[in-house]
Amino acid sequence: MSGARQGAVRTVRTPRIRRPGRLAAETGALLLAAAVAFPLYWMVLSAFKPAGEVQSTEPVPWTLHPSLDAFRRVFQQQDFGRYFLNSLFVAGVVVIASALIAFLAATAVTRFRFRFRTTLLIMFLVAQMVPVEALTIPLFFLMRDVGDAVPGIGLNTLGSLILPHLAFSLPFAIWMLRGFVKAVPEALEEAAYLDGASRSRFLWQILFPLVFPGLVATSVFSFISTWNDFLFAKSFIISATENSTLPMALLVFFKPDENDWGGIMAASTVMTVPVLVFFVLVQRRLVSGLGGAVKD
Amino acid sequence: MTLTVKEARAGGGRTPLTGARRVRPPSRRGSRWTPWLYLAPALVVLGGLLVYPIYQLGLISFLEYTQAQVSGGEPTSFQGLANYAELFGDGQFWQVLLATVVFAAACVLCTLAVGCSFAVLLTRIRAVPRLALMLAALGAWATPAITGSTVWVFLFDPDFGPVNRVLGLGDFSWTYGRYSAFALVLLEVVWCSFPFVMVTVYAGIRAIPEEVLEAAALDGASQWRIWRSVMAPMLRPILVVVTIQSVIWDFKVFTQIYVMTNGGGIAGQNLVLNVYAYQKAFASSQYSLGSAIGIVMLLILLAVTLVYLRLLRRQGEEL
Repeated sequence: MSGARQGAVRTVRTPRIRRPGRLAAETGALLLAAAVAFPLYWMVLSAFKPAGEVQSTEPVPWTLHPSLDAFRRVFQQQDFGRYFLNSLFVAGVVVIASALIAFLAATAVTRFRFRFRTTLLIMFLVAQMVPVEALTIPLFFLMRDVGDAVPGIGLNTLGSLILPHLAFSLPFAIWMLRGFVKAVPEALEEAAYLDGASRSRFLWQILFPLVFPGLVATSVFSFISTWNDFLFAKSFIISATENSTLPMALLVFFKPDENDWGGIMAASTVMTVPVLVFFVLVQRRLVSGLGGAVKD
Repeated sequence: MTLTVKEARAGGGRTPLTGARRVRPPSRRGSRWTPWLYLAPALVVLGGLLVYPIYQLGLISFLEYTQAQVSGGEPTSFQGLANYAELFGDGQFWQVLLATVVFAAACVLCTLAVGCSFAVLLTRIRAVPRLALMLAALGAWATPAITGSTVWVFLFDPDFGPVNRVLGLGDFSWTYGRYSAFALVLLEVVWCSFPFVMVTVYAGIRAIPEEVLEAAALDGASQWRIWRSVMAPMLRPILVVVTIQSVIWDFKVFTQIYVMTNGGGIAGQNLVLNVYAYQKAFASSQYSLGSAIGIVMLLILLAVTLVYLRLLRRQGEEL
């Protein structure tokens, strides 16, 4: 700290170039980056280590004998591939449905003035704060009762995971998309109507493509919250294990006597990689989108 | 006709909240109902899966609702406030509530401190180290809560974890003691939630005009002074958002506690409200007590939200 201060004082005349201070800061930043990335590195490393090295009391941060044994164990374990597809399916449906529904709702609250508009906006904000976990109890009974009437969305079905996540990702998605819809100039809308476009044509062929980057940024959040879900999967999928999702498959490797750490790390890697890929793909839009949602 | 529309629009777009000057898109039949048509799917989903369950949650908290009522063996009976009386009379509830508040506060403080200092650091370094730190943070951000939890538990494993080896702690078990277990969960929570703060605050700092920061540096202000007297006040709106968002997230921590301390720690020493409610309802079938805890949480978070809304209003944010 004092070193950085001295550096800043010494180079008062050229405040943009503080050589000694900056070098220290950059070294520090690289060390911090390594520390932040270390857990992920250790996860992937342990997944590739042979069993003997993972369960070693002298762990080393490298391996000379990378092996796919742990991954093989993971994919042979019950229906891991199926759980993976289930997770993907649930997250995919939630992302697409919430993007479409939120787009319509965000358009309504930004492009129209109507009674209760402000009230609705505040409700959407408040809805984000609702502790999802507390609603597990009533949702459990709701799914049980609905399942008797409508097949496909009751307990033990993927529908019981899709619907609550759809509801919980909507308020934030609407709130965030608002900024993107607002950013599209109103003149464009008038021009479209002047040219004789119908309302739905404007909505889907002009507004939708323009807001699409925002939809991508928004869907990251829906995707992650759904993909990460642990509580609903644990509570709603009770007997139909063929409809389980990844988090439950991961817990299989925790055993009362001895945890299979290699298996846990391999399963964790398989579960983390899709999110990482998704994140890297939309990284740019995510940062700018967040800025928009926060500042606007 | 089009001219009037244009004028109404140009003016109407800038009169928020009041709704006094309504802007009408080209008059078409049913245009009054169009916004509601667009809102309908969202309202149906939210009504059925958010509002109705909240109502149910409140209802169950006033009933006697245990395994017997769930299976239909016994009729439900109205209990009034008896569930709440039982809850508030239970010493463990107060203990869990206190632990939740203290734990969430510690998480928020650490997350903000780490996130803000990393954001400041990002502004002082060149592109390559900045990219490295950014990518590492994005990786931590993207990691699902459950895999983050398993990895951190493994890192601190008494037998096979590298941390104990490096620190020379032998086979010290982090999850055995109450405070060390909370500390471990706190580390994981901070690790996966500081990136949001960092990225957001960094974007905010970049939006501050350079001259302001240069002027402060020319006046000989230290980095800490620049942060406290220049950046923080200018970033106030963003800091409010990330603080409130962190409060809400950290107050609701579930997966980390559940996975890392194996369902709330030894004899429930690491329970927080969320896990407590879950255990009451699904482990001991006391659904009404679980719901009452849920209502308590809901009310606390609602209070936080109201503070948030007031702060937003004071800043004159346009809804």
